Amino acid sequence: MLSFFTKARIRGGVHAEEHKAITATQAIVTGFPLPKTLYIPLQQHVGKPAEPLIRVGEQVLKGQLLAYSQGLISAPVHAPSSGVILDVNDYPAPHPSALPIRMIVLETDGKDQWLELPAVADPFQLAPEDISLRVGAAGIVGLGGATFPTAVKLNMGRENHIDTLIINGAECEPYLSCDDRLMQERSDQIIDGVRLMLHGMETGQAIVAIEDNKPQAFNAMLASAQAYPKITVIQIPTRYPMGWDRQLIGYVTGREVPVGSRSSEVGVTIHNVGTAYATHKAIRYGQPLVSRVLTVSGGAVGRPMNVEVPLGTLISEVFDFCGVDARQTARIIMGGPMMGDALPHTGLPTVKATSGLLALTASELKDTDEQPCIRCASCVSVCPAGLRPLDMANNIRVNQLDAAVDIGLKDCISCGCCSYICPSNIPLVQYFKYASGEVAARQQAQHKSEQTKRLMEARNTRLERIAEKQREEEQARIAAKLERERLKAEQEASV
Amino acid sequence: MMILSKPNSGAHIGANRSVRQIMWQVILALSPATVFGLWCFGWPALNLFIITVTSALFFEAFCIRLQGRAAKPVLMDGSALLTGWLLAMTLPPWAPWWIGVVGSGLAIILGKQVYGGLGQNLFNPAMLARVALLISFPIEMTTWANVSPLFFSHSPGLAESWHITFSGLDNLDAYTGATTLGYIKTEFSQNRVLADIMQDYSPILSFIGWSRGSLGEASTLLLALGGIWLIRAKIITWHIPVALLATVTVLASIFHLADSQHYISPFVHLNSGAMMCVAFFIATDYVTSPNTATGQLVFGAGCGLLIFVIRTWGAYPEGAGFAVLLMNSATPLIDHYIRPRIYGRDRKGKPLEIPKP
Repeated sequence: MLSFFTKARIRGGVHAEEHKAITATQAIVTGFPLPKTLYIPLQQHVGKPAEPLIRVGEQVLKGQLLAYSQGLISAPVHAPSSGVILDVNDYPAPHPSALPIRMIVLETDGKDQWLELPAVADPFQLAPEDISLRVGAAGIVGLGGATFPTAVKLNMGRENHIDTLIINGAECEPYLSCDDRLMQERSDQIIDGVRLMLHGMETGQAIVAIEDNKPQAFNAMLASAQAYPKITVIQIPTRYPMGWDRQLIGYVTGREVPVGSRSSEVGVTIHNVGTAYATHKAIRYGQPLVSRVLTVSGGAVGRPMNVEVPLGTLISEVFDFCGVDARQTARIIMGGPMMGDALPHTGLPTVKATSGLLALTASELKDTDEQPCIRCASCVSVCPAGLRPLDMANNIRVNQLDAAVDIGLKDCISCGCCSYICPSNIPLVQYFKYASGEVAARQQAQHKSEQTKRLMEARNTRLERIAEKQREEEQARIAAKLERERLKAEQEASV
Repeated sequence: MMILSKPNSGAHIGANRSVRQIMWQVILALSPATVFGLWCFGWPALNLFIITVTSALFFEAFCIRLQGRAAKPVLMDGSALLTGWLLAMTLPPWAPWWIGVVGSGLAIILGKQVYGGLGQNLFNPAMLARVALLISFPIEMTTWANVSPLFFSHSPGLAESWHITFSGLDNLDAYTGATTLGYIKTEFSQNRVLADIMQDYSPILSFIGWSRGSLGEASTLLLALGGIWLIRAKIITWHIPVALLATVTVLASIFHLADSQHYISPFVHLNSGAMMCVAFFIATDYVTSPNTATGQLVFGAGCGLLIFVIRTWGAYPEGAGFAVLLMNSATPLIDHYIRPRIYGRDRKGKPLEIPKP
């Protein structure tokens, strides 16, 4: 009864059919054949794209820096294998639009030869700032999908004197099990990564949170963390979107992050288990982020698996390896089925954010025949952000975008719970993404027109001032002339 | 590999639940009470039921055709069927055929389609039609047949039932009477007290549905079971039914304890009239009820309060229809003021303050 009065720790959410077992019960496949060509986007992270520092035709080794990070929020890009640089040009991006972005094309030489890497004997002797520097130099970004540069987060955590580091092992998206497998197979390395992060942020405790549908991962992590009292491993309820950082922070610490603030401002930083693993490799062995484990699954996949692939591998090669049946594939998704992006074709590279590649059959997809909204309010009750999707959609449908913003459009996290639950198959998230883009475009247009107006006004006043000055000068000239004539007349008269 | 499809945002997968499934599950939940009621009141009740439902479907198809759309996919969503079904359950079982037809027309055309169809109506269509019929045709709408179950000796046969449905009853008094609530109301006006009035009242018969009334008023047991199943199947939530029933129970208890001769007990309230039908099937209509849990509690409590007030002091013995319509009109207001708190913001929408350590 008491819990009835205390604040509910989980808001909204759905429990979708998991489809995880088929990949979660097999070991991570590490023998992925090295692709002949790798396409490495310069932007695989939130922030500014990296700036290339190699030339076409140049020989590179695995792990060699290809493009350096520019700006405060950015991440460098390294060679995923050894070979020759073929091109630095625009190629289709792994994005629903498949619009071209800048990529480095690397022809591999098959040797997969590593650069000589600086290993550290005892990383705990390093200064905390040094940990951030090394993590940043290794090109590590949030591997849960957010791809925020990890070094920036480590620095923010240290500067804000956070008290808790949460390691996100929720993996709440259906189908995906790469974090699960990683925790089962490489728990020691992950825990080491967590310890290094704690050192880098000068933080006292870490909590590893794992959804209770992954008992094996939980046990493995628990065993690995036993020797370290600073690290606790806990189970959390299985409920999408449990891995949403704010939901997880709320559940684990009871704190709520105000709108417009970062989690470090309430004393918490959150990192993914994959990121902790990458940190371990970067600090212990100096290995930059050049490959990742991803889940390949879905009804059209012949051999679903978790597989470690070099970054920049084309999706088509991954799908060939896993026996994807093209005729059965109704949709290709990068990421999970709730928040992932539907891709138009497979000629796109895998990137740091690629946690999963799904080839779903038509029967796995949600129906698309849109029916009228019956106001069942399921979307309201599943929304973890406390929004009213049905009202927002109604506003957007009649183009009242400002009204939609007023009731919380900008607080939408696109988790997809509303679209998932809607019995009328209304593509709510699509509405919200469209509206957010449109609002941003309108604001930009308004900003531009205001700017133009200001420039015009400035020009007008300037011209007026010049005209005024000219008029004054003209008048002064006339007055002087009259004066001269008058003097002359006086002179003539006096003569 | 190329995929030719419209660009799509997540979620790419969905819960296996469509509008049609929801409507059919509600109908399924209504079925036991409907079947039992139809059996209790025999062939004339079945005639009226079929006429009402069929004409609801007809009017729906007619309106959709007027809009130049294909009627079949719209009819398949089951909403017109459900509206007709619910309306049929609120009519006196032996009412003449035109009551069903006019009622369905009111419900579908005035109650739903003029607002723009499914999801757009402000008022519950079935209740709107029932209240309009009650005010317009008070005799037909308050003539309640005695329980005369099918295949029993005094049940009208097929031929007789056609006569009842299409030309009306010849010998009214022999076959009809008042509902429990109607009887109590009449007797109160004769200055009798409850102890006398309730002498013949059998709570058990009323509970299983062996009493005069519409199909939706008959079986407390079967309607409540259907409703609880709907909550368990997650079609409706508990908020509206519980708030409604609790409000009636609390109010009735207070007044009954204060004066047990002039205020009927909470058990009679819960056990009679359209209480269960309204609590589980009518007030919970998605379209016309608020869309937050708190809003639904307010809405349910409001319905309960109005039902109690109308039953106790109003001119009509049963106030459920009026109560629901009045609260329907308050729904937009409730939804305007009662909203979920957005994550990271306070109730007014301002960002939360960062707690000082």
